[in-house]
Amino acid sequence: MEDLGEIVGEFLMESHENLDQIDRDLVSLEQEPGSRDLISRIFRAIHTIKGTSGFLAFSRLEKLAHAGESLLSRLRDGVQPVTPETITVLLLCIDGVRSILSSIEENGSEAEVDIESMIVRIKAQMDAPTDAAAPAAEAAPAEAAPAEGGPAAEAPVSVEHEAPAARPAPEPVTDQRQPLGQMLVDAGAAQASDVASALQQQIEGDERKLGTILLEEGKAAPTAVSEALQSQAPKRSIADSAIRVDVDLLDTLMNMVGELVLARNQLVRGVMEIGDSGLVRSAQRLGMITSELQEGIMKTRMQPIEHIWSKLPRVVRDLSNSLGKQVALVMEGKETELDRSLLEAVKDPLTHLVRNAVDHGIEEPERRIAAGKDPEGTLTLRAYHEGGHVAVEVADNGAGLNVERIAQKAVENGLLRPEQIPNMDKRDIMAMVFQPGFSTAAKVTNVSGRGVGMDVVKTNIENIGGAVSVDSTPGEGTVWRLTIPLTLAIIQALTVDCADQRYVVPQVAVLELVFIDGNTTKVEYASGAPVYRLRGKLLPLVRLDRALGLEVGGDQGVYIMVLQADGRRFGLVVDRVLNTEEVVVKALNTRFKDIGLYAGATILGDGKVGLILDVSSLARRSHLAVDSERETVSDKRGQQGGGTERLLVTAVGERRVAIPLDTVTRLEEFPRDRIEHAGSREVVQYRGQILPLVRLSHLLGAYGEELEGDTVSVVVYSEGGKSVALVVDRIVDIAENSTTARRDAEEDGLVGTAVIQQRVTELLDVRRAILAADPNFYSDSMDDMLVEA
Amino acid sequence: MASRQFATFEVDGQLFGVEVHTVQEVLSYNEYTPVPLAPPAVGGLFNLRGQVIAAVDLRVQLGLARQALQGPVMNVILRGDGEPVSLLVDKIGEVVDLDDETFEPPPDTLSGPTRELVVGTFKLDGRLMLALDVNQAVDTYRATN
Repeated sequence: MEDLGEIVGEFLMESHENLDQIDRDLVSLEQEPGSRDLISRIFRAIHTIKGTSGFLAFSRLEKLAHAGESLLSRLRDGVQPVTPETITVLLLCIDGVRSILSSIEENGSEAEVDIESMIVRIKAQMDAPTDAAAPAAEAAPAEAAPAEGGPAAEAPVSVEHEAPAARPAPEPVTDQRQPLGQMLVDAGAAQASDVASALQQQIEGDERKLGTILLEEGKAAPTAVSEALQSQAPKRSIADSAIRVDVDLLDTLMNMVGELVLARNQLVRGVMEIGDSGLVRSAQRLGMITSELQEGIMKTRMQPIEHIWSKLPRVVRDLSNSLGKQVALVMEGKETELDRSLLEAVKDPLTHLVRNAVDHGIEEPERRIAAGKDPEGTLTLRAYHEGGHVAVEVADNGAGLNVERIAQKAVENGLLRPEQIPNMDKRDIMAMVFQPGFSTAAKVTNVSGRGVGMDVVKTNIENIGGAVSVDSTPGEGTVWRLTIPLTLAIIQALTVDCADQRYVVPQVAVLELVFIDGNTTKVEYASGAPVYRLRGKLLPLVRLDRALGLEVGGDQGVYIMVLQADGRRFGLVVDRVLNTEEVVVKALNTRFKDIGLYAGATILGDGKVGLILDVSSLARRSHLAVDSERETVSDKRGQQGGGTERLLVTAVGERRVAIPLDTVTRLEEFPRDRIEHAGSREVVQYRGQILPLVRLSHLLGAYGEELEGDTVSVVVYSEGGKSVALVVDRIVDIAENSTTARRDAEEDGLVGTAVIQQRVTELLDVRRAILAADPNFYSDSMDDMLVEA
Repeated sequence: MASRQFATFEVDGQLFGVEVHTVQEVLSYNEYTPVPLAPPAVGGLFNLRGQVIAAVDLRVQLGLARQALQGPVMNVILRGDGEPVSLLVDKIGEVVDLDDETFEPPPDTLSGPTRELVVGTFKLDGRLMLALDVNQAVDTYRATN
């Protein structure tokens, strides 16, 4: 009984694989209806299922498989042409087989699945008046064919009895397991009597193989034997040259190898201490074997991406048919290998992207024709190695993403504010589709919007250390791109020079490179902090030489590497960018962990050691100041930071200074002559109070000419019954600012700089300004804050 | 009579020694990758048959000026705890067999950084060899602690 269970289990597993293959083959067959190879392969696969199910007494399954086989045999013999309808019916049949199999898997019986109606449809297909050559024997039930279900019960029976009679013993199947001797005799390569005597020898205890016996006794030619062995070998070599191994077992092996490596290290240390040269050699040998074993085990977990692609042709076909679209699926690089666990994680996101591309990406045939395109859209799946990563692209040649619409949608959903849109990069707007609140359901169709959303795609991919991006050209199509780490041990990296030394930057973090010639491109300084205007946006810069505590070089003839890590974007200034290479990451000696700037070391092409920079750590360092400052600012304001904030933009001399709007109580104009002096301070009487004034131009050291005029513009800030006034030259505007393009300032009185309305704007440290106006402003209400500060 | 084998080397004219079993190998190497922001005693990194090895400048550990690291420098590669680490020295000496009775604790007059690195003195023919405490010698954070 237990044995039977095992056999059934194996049958189920094997059948599932076969069915996936059949699915793929059927879809391909639709593309090239003339392919006899495909038909034969499908036929063989379904025949195997039929045979085994008969053996295991799953009679309904056998019946269904048999019906499918009968239809296939007609296709194979050319009695009936391959039409999309035939394919649909066959796919239906495969689905039926699949559901019977799952029923068997779940409760050990096949009873619940309704196969009769399917068999009727298959039958109807066979009897469809497609070809005059249809055998007379099958013409009779043609009347009953329309799927009324009337003669449903007897239809399968008649199919079962008819077909074998009409099409005896299909050959491609029988020759699969033909004995070698038989084949040699059939091919005329050996005498039947020789084979018989060789078999007799085997029975009498000769342990040699039949082919060997024949060869050694000169009864058959070597080429004939090897040819026969070749053809005896199963057709689908991948399936048969491989064995199935439980993944859990592989994982266990993997862990054990890890342990072995540790034990090996300990042993090697011990052996070294003993110092016996023989033992040392053995230990070294053990070390090498362990390393190789580890590599080998890692390899067992690699699988071609084809495994997860195999279901997609069917998905595309079904979906495009139901949407009335024509979609050709092209797959490139299906042999690209990925770690199994990564493959699993990529499967659902990929399926979603494919569905999405068929649903939203590729247009209806009429629209395509109207746009002057081939009515059939193309969906291309592309996988390729790119350094330490595998890139998987889902590209369609459809209408492309509508950037305005996405922007509009993002505004409606409150993800963006209208003012932000004009300043945003096209790609950044497109990336909004990955936002959790961004619903695709509101888009044109009703098909997708089920299952995972784009935000889940992003989350899933990021969970495995990958990245997802989208690029689109209106009218030409959209490319969704997944970048998946192949392994963490080998990375693609850029080598750069800085202060005569070579460093390595992981390429995943690099967005682009900019050469600074000092004329058309240049480094600017916002209050001493280096920035670069990257397409109108302010990019904070980190000088690598400064970060490493080396001698700081000039700003001309250098390169900016635009890097992204931990969601921050910044530019790393280096002297030269040399090339990209694949490097093996070596763990850095523990004594350098504390430095924190290095992710590891590697051996460069010239044999020298190169340090791999830790981009996240550099990013953190470059933004450390602004983060801590921002915290204090928001603490004081008693509000949570992040997201966008509203800023009052003022002009102070030549500079633009922004003040958080929620720290502003009122805006006032005071007649210049109302300003009085109290000690060294300027004050003004205001609503029965003495209001201390601070001139921002003085505070920020922007000693321009005092503006002429009868009035001064002030920004009044009140808290706890006290007020101060900040004198500015002019109120410019109120603006929104996302906290992204900020940069810490090294100047007193500022918390940073940002690009607001495409201009570099300094952000005022309000607390400091207030204290400059009234040093005792916080003394009563905010004692604790002062202690902290 | 117990005796021990020492690998000897010179730094600034002084003979030092470490027990032979702590030494993996001795070699001369001339390309070191500096590690910015690392403790000053770190001379650099080099590639030993595909392994990245940190070289500790023994001169700095002894309170002397750094090795110039121009041209070949001798490395005494020690089997560190888990990972090999190299000591940069001026010159390699012989491997000597030393009786325990030639050993004496460091002289009281020995002070400064050297004192912390030395476990004792061996009296050789005509000169003295200072036995290094291997763990102390490669501890690049020693000075700052």
